[in-house]
Formats: sequence, structure tokens, C-alpha cells
Amino acid sequence: MPPDLWALYALMLESRLFEEAVASLWHDGLISGEMHLGTGEEAIVAGVVAHLREGDAMALDHRGTAALLMRGVDPALILRELLGHPDGLCGGMGGHMHLFSKEHLAASSGIVGAEGPAAVGFALSAQVLRPGAIAVAFFGEGAMNQGMLMESLNLASAWNLPVVFVCKDDGWAITTHSARVTGGDLTDRARGLGVQAAEVDGRDVSAVWEACRPAIERARSGGGPAFLRARCVHLEGHFLGFQLLRMVREPLREMPRIAVPLTGAFLHPGGAGLRERLAGLRTVLEAVLATLRDPRRDPANDPVRRARAALHLEEARLEELEAQVKEALNDVLAATLVEAPA
Amino acid sequence: MKTMFFTQAIDDALAQSMADDPRVILFGEDIPLMRRNLLVRFGPERVRGTPISESTFLGAGVAAAMTGLRPVVEVYMVDFLGVAMDALLNHAAKVKAFSGGKWTAPLVVRAPCGGGYGDGGQHEQSLWGWLAHIPELTILVPSTPADAGGLMLAALQHDGPVIFLEHKLLSETWLEFLGSGARRTVQFDVPAAGAKGAVPSKWRPLPIGKAILRRAGDDVMIVSVGVGVHRAQAAAQTLEAEGISAGVLDLRTVSPLDKPAICEAVAHTGRLLVVDEDYESFGLSGELAAVVLEAGISCSYARVCTQTTLPYARQLEDQSLPNQQRICASVRQLLQEQ
Repeated sequence: MPPDLWALYALMLESRLFEEAVASLWHDGLISGEMHLGTGEEAIVAGVVAHLREGDAMALDHRGTAALLMRGVDPALILRELLGHPDGLCGGMGGHMHLFSKEHLAASSGIVGAEGPAAVGFALSAQVLRPGAIAVAFFGEGAMNQGMLMESLNLASAWNLPVVFVCKDDGWAITTHSARVTGGDLTDRARGLGVQAAEVDGRDVSAVWEACRPAIERARSGGGPAFLRARCVHLEGHFLGFQLLRMVREPLREMPRIAVPLTGAFLHPGGAGLRERLAGLRTVLEAVLATLRDPRRDPANDPVRRARAALHLEEARLEELEAQVKEALNDVLAATLVEAPA
Repeated sequence: MKTMFFTQAIDDALAQSMADDPRVILFGEDIPLMRRNLLVRFGPERVRGTPISESTFLGAGVAAAMTGLRPVVEVYMVDFLGVAMDALLNHAAKVKAFSGGKWTAPLVVRAPCGGGYGDGGQHEQSLWGWLAHIPELTILVPSTPADAGGLMLAALQHDGPVIFLEHKLLSETWLEFLGSGARRTVQFDVPAAGAKGAVPSKWRPLPIGKAILRRAGDDVMIVSVGVGVHRAQAAAQTLEAEGISAGVLDLRTVSPLDKPAICEAVAHTGRLLVVDEDYESFGLSGELAAVVLEAGISCSYARVCTQTTLPYARQLEDQSLPNQQRICASVRQLLQEQ
């Protein structure tokens, strides 16, 4: 059975448009604190969540909005939560990093790697109380270096738990290039702990859906945990206002205030010799240069555009679907924003 | 006179120490970007980025400190020490006792703390009382750039584990990185005197465990740390117009407490108000009451603290954190009781 690309595209588009609206509200100052969007990882989330059913649980990271929307949580409740309304999804207490929906067995955490133990516990409940149900953990590749996540892979393997560990690999642990701080191969690491592992192009929703299906079916039927590594590009970097992206997008504004103290420190007497200083400078420049080779500019890295391209032959149906999604979102925005927060 | 921003002062004192002492090394998450000015001066051997592996890099910091280095280990936020607590609770704090006093772990853990910018209950905690509960950990919470630099130098010269907490509301870099980067549409209640201030031309270590009287007062003594000191000073200013004389004592060090200074200040006023951004129960505010009682000082007592998990919503958050209104109301109440 092939995936229903129309349904997957609709899930992705709803999430993308919702998060673009969130970005705009954040820039307007109506949403406080940090804001980690899931834009760029929609294909991974949709390709996994489309397989879930009643009784399945999700352990989410600090980027959980897309998964909750696709799981069917009311977008108005999420929006009200992000705006800090008392009638938001979590009563204004959680915010975007700490979204919870008991009804959907979905819990988020802002602690990197905490999705591992959470998914293991959800899966234990499923194994004992809801045979056939599974748990999914969504996390980034940076989380793979947290002890608790590695321990979770091991425990899920030892107890043969129905967990699917989904690693959304964008190659960056906040501002650190993951390859610089990671030993070995992550997929091999999961295999080394006895977990069935697969890799997939996380920008291709059909590929994710197909790669995920056998893993989920196996977990449901008692075959134990699986690990899915899906590569993607975060379109807004780690979070909105990400310093590395700002340097690239607004160099005239951002570079002087970074370059001036940096030059002063580089030339300051006392400290390392020239060779060490140059090595330090190279480390800083590498992060900036890696951002300059901005993969965000390549439309092939945008999973929503890719899915749309695959459907483009039915232009009229596409336009109808897109109009429906936009209208539904506009209704949510209008209903929520009419009562502007105090 | 030379002035600096809060985090700039800490980094400047750190740079002075690193130039003087080759044993001082620095590592933690995103350090190549966050401490880039130190990286290009001292090189990648001494300024290192880590994976997101708090339990290991903190534990490694303890052992590296035991074997000759002077590590400054940074975690992204004090909240994330929860992931790595074993390194502090069962190791850094125990080495001296277990070795019969022959071995110590002189590491500095540097962590941003505190709320007031809308990140919610897993990213805005203070936790100094929770940490100070453990014997042998020294806990520093500076409230001005001058204190921040001087205490960082003291931490680096101290012969045991030190937790150095850097309040995000005072830190120009953390606030920009987390709260307002790329947007000018949000405002935070940043105490100006804490965010930027006069600093010495050369850093000297400030004594650990010494409080400082920020404001003399006769009717009530407000004892606080970090941003709370500035909230207390603002409240004292307001109360002055009502004819109430409130003093403000800035502890600067949570553990060990400056008991003589606390007792002297409270004995003078006969009233103690603790302003503590950390959780109310089983923490610094209760400890201060015990210190005063144990010294046989008779006083009336109240506290303005954080009582619950910090809400994400800004309005709720502002009500949960100690603020000027809550402090003023509490002082008025204290004065009415007698």
C-alpha cells in the first residue's frame, strides 16, 4: 500500500502555515521567550505520525508543535497556549517547549534527550496495558550524545519494548556542528545496542512513511524497538532569531558587533601563541562559513515544496486543498487574535 | 571610570585568569560561539565545545580538577544540572571528605539562571538553595558586573567546587541569545545597575562568603541575592517615600552564608524580609530564618519567593517572581504587625 501523499501533504502544509503564523506573532512580540520551530522537519513528523492510532504515545522535544498538530490537537488550543492565554492547551503554564496533551498521550520536554526515557516508559505502559500500542520518541541528533537517550535505546532493546526512536538529524546541536562532537556513526550506535535501525531521507515524506511502516508494525506485534534516522534541514536554524543565521542574513548589522570584540581578543597580549589563536579563529569561522553555505536556499531541502512538486500535475486539486488549509488556519487566527492578550 | 556589561565582566575576569594561569581551561555546550572571544585568544585546546552530554562533561570536569586543571565547566542553564547532578552531589562535593581532606576538586561550574523573559518552568529556575543544600559546594550569585568579575576570579582561586550562577536578566548576551535576538518588540524588566556598571581596571578576587550592605535602613532589613537585590532596592526607594526605612543586604554568596553580616543587619532593624527568586520552601529563605534564630536574635520575619513552577505566560510569570509590589506589600505588612 503506497502512502496517501495528499493526506501527508495536507498534514505538512497545516503545520507549516501554522508555524509561519507563529513566527510572525513571535516577531511581533506576542509570544515570549525562545521559539523552536519544526519547519523543515515536517516530512519526518508527518511520515511517522500518520501511522499512529488511538492508544499510541509520543515523547516530544522542544520542537513538538508539528507533531501535536498532526496528531490532531486543536490548533486553536496550541495557539492560545503560545500566546499565554489561561485557556490555552496547558493553561498558559507550558509554552511551546512544554506542550502536553493527556488525551493524545503526548508529552514534551525542553531537556535534550529526555524523550528517550519518556518513550521507554510510555512503551512499558503499552506493553502491559495496551498490547498493540506503541510509543514514538522524536529528538535531534544532538540528543544522541545524552547518556539517558543511549540508555533508553538499551533498555528498550533489553525489554523488547514497542518504541520507535526517531532521530531528526539536521547536523547541528544548537550552534555546534554535530560531527565535531560525535564519535562513530549514530545508526551503528543504535544497532550496537540491539535496536533495528534504518536511515531515510527526512525531506521526502513518502520515503519516511515507507521506512517507518515496517518499524511500527514490528513494534506493534512485539518485535521490539526500532531506530529511524532521518536527515533534514531546519529552515530557521535552532530557533527564531538564531545568531548564526542572523550573521548571514543581516551581515551589516550583525558582523561589526561580533567582529570588533573578536579582533580585539585575537590581538590581545597575553594568552596563546599565534598558531593556537589562528586555530581558534578557524573554529569560529567554520561555524559561520557552514551557515553561509546555507542549505535553506535549496528548495530540495524544503519537504513541503518537495511534496507539492510531486502533486503538481493535479493543480486544481492542489489549489483547492491549499485554500481549505489556509481558510481553516485563518479562522483559528481570527478567532484567537480578536481577543488580544492584555 | 571603566564600565562593563555583566557577562563581559565575567569573561574579562576569566581572560585575566587564563592569561595568568595555564591550568584554567573552559568547556561546555556551544562554547566556541558563546565564548568566541576567549577561543581566539587562548586557542581550541583551552576553550572547547562539548556534545550535549552534561553528565559526562561535568563529571569529567570534577576529575580533571582533581588532577591539576582548573576547569570552568559551563552548562546552558542551571536547570540542566538536573541531568548531571551526580557529578556535583556525589563526587565534587564528596572528594574532600572521602580523601580525609587530602584531595579536592577545584572546578567552577558556570550556569545561567533565573527568569523574567518567558521561557517557562524548565529554563528559568534559580536553584541556588537546592545546590547550597549540599555540603562542600560553594554557591556564588553576583548582582553587579564588578561583583561578577571579582567573584569569578575568587572562584578560580578557590580550593574546592564552586557553582557560579549568572542571572540571565543581567546578562546582555544570554538575554539577546534567548529572548530578544532579532526582534525589538519585547521588553524585559532589566535592572540597569546590575546589567552594566563600574569595574576595576584590574580584577582582584572578592572574598567568598562576604555580603555587602547595598542600602542602610532602620525599620526592616531586606536580604536577597541576584536580581532580587535590585528589586529590593527599587522597593526600598518606593517605601522611603512612605516614611519606611528599608535596608538591603546583598548576600553575593549563598553558601557559605555571611552569618555575622546577616545577624548584625537584622539585629539593628528587628525585622527581616527575605527576597528570594528561588523556591520558597526548604531553601535560602528558611535558612536565613534559622541563622537568625540560632544567633538568638528576636525579629519579625517574612519572605517573598517563588512558590510554584514558573508559568510560561508573561503576566503569570511576573506575578510569580519576586517583584517590587510584592516586596512593598510584605514590608508594609511586617511593619503593621508590631
